[in-house]
Amino acid sequence: MARIIGGFFTSHVPAIGNAIAKKQQNEPYWKPFFDAFPPVREWIGREKPDVVVFFYNDHGLNFFLDKMPTFAVGAASDYVSKDEGWGIPTTASFEGDPKLSWHIINGIVADGFDPVMCQEMAVDHAITNPMLLMYPDSNWPVRIVPIAINSIQHPLPGPKRCYDLGRAVGRAIESYGENVKVLVLGSGGLSHQLDGERAGFINKDFDRECMDAIAGDVSALNKYSALDVVEKAGAQGVELMCWIAARAAMQGQVKELRRSYHIPISNTASAVMLLSNGPVEAAKAA
Amino acid sequence: MPSSKRQPVPGTTIFDGGQAAKGYQLNKMCYSFNDPENRKAFLADQGAYFDKYELTAEQRAALASGSVLKMIEAGGNAYYLAKLAGILGLGVQDIGAQQTGMSVEAFKQKLLDAGRQ
Repeated sequence: MARIIGGFFTSHVPAIGNAIAKKQQNEPYWKPFFDAFPPVREWIGREKPDVVVFFYNDHGLNFFLDKMPTFAVGAASDYVSKDEGWGIPTTASFEGDPKLSWHIINGIVADGFDPVMCQEMAVDHAITNPMLLMYPDSNWPVRIVPIAINSIQHPLPGPKRCYDLGRAVGRAIESYGENVKVLVLGSGGLSHQLDGERAGFINKDFDRECMDAIAGDVSALNKYSALDVVEKAGAQGVELMCWIAARAAMQGQVKELRRSYHIPISNTASAVMLLSNGPVEAAKAA
Repeated sequence: MPSSKRQPVPGTTIFDGGQAAKGYQLNKMCYSFNDPENRKAFLADQGAYFDKYELTAEQRAALASGSVLKMIEAGGNAYYLAKLAGILGLGVQDIGAQQTGMSVEAFKQKLLDAGRQ
């Protein structure tokens, strides 16, 4: 049976991709951020996930406003990293896992969700940067299943809806008959705002509240609406929804292994968390 | 429904249905910049490119002014406008500084200070 072995949560700021391309990891500006990753890579190297299920947001690469899905699940056999228009390097393509994708789609539709189903999807820095942070040699040893959450056009799905989506995805993964180890990944955040007179907004207190909820009871964030999150985390801080969904997919005994928080990376409060997830049956028995 | 009851978020334009409809042509133009050939065509003749995407008078005026706040008012969305900024060689800190009326150095310092508080 498939099993979710852990959750990895990281900011995906485009500038990370440029810093990697320019080998700036040890420069004073970048070091506090990149120092978070060697222990994460060590854990991933030991646990060897087979598949990464990504909760992420598209930034105007694959989806335009002509058809903007609230939730979209990739069911492609491969995903191409494409030019985003402003110079961050593209990467090697990613192998998909269509069988698991369709299993997840079947599961979440039966659970009351109505995702857009995509057999072709270009993926942006929200996928490539976390992958490069996990596997710097770009020799991807995992397959991926991307699940996109709309963070562009309001009304956005709020924390409770994304929590429920994550629960449904988690149940679907844990009911998958193949013997695969799955890492769930929450891509984006934390607090930041690029647009408006409030550009540069960062909220350390709220970020701490969110990281504590991710480590403990993520449903504690369900009291907020999507607009509350805009107010507390900034207009682009709504990427928090990806963290919430990924965390909610983990339904075993969860243990916090790593946490790192650093301000600023570009305009963003950057955060990295790594959690392990014990078997669901053991959590139920406990 | 929460949206009608709550106070607006200061200094923030919520990109809702109204804004998305208003800014459709502008954002569609910016979306085209994912393709390098389109970036080239835009730089070669901006006026012709605006015509091709049928930009509104307000959108053209906002682009001519160079003011990001005006582009947002004309329906521009941050994620799509970022592609235009990239062509013009502006980073998120340049844009942040412009929108907040600060120098780029002062804006960068504000972010660093946020980390020290």
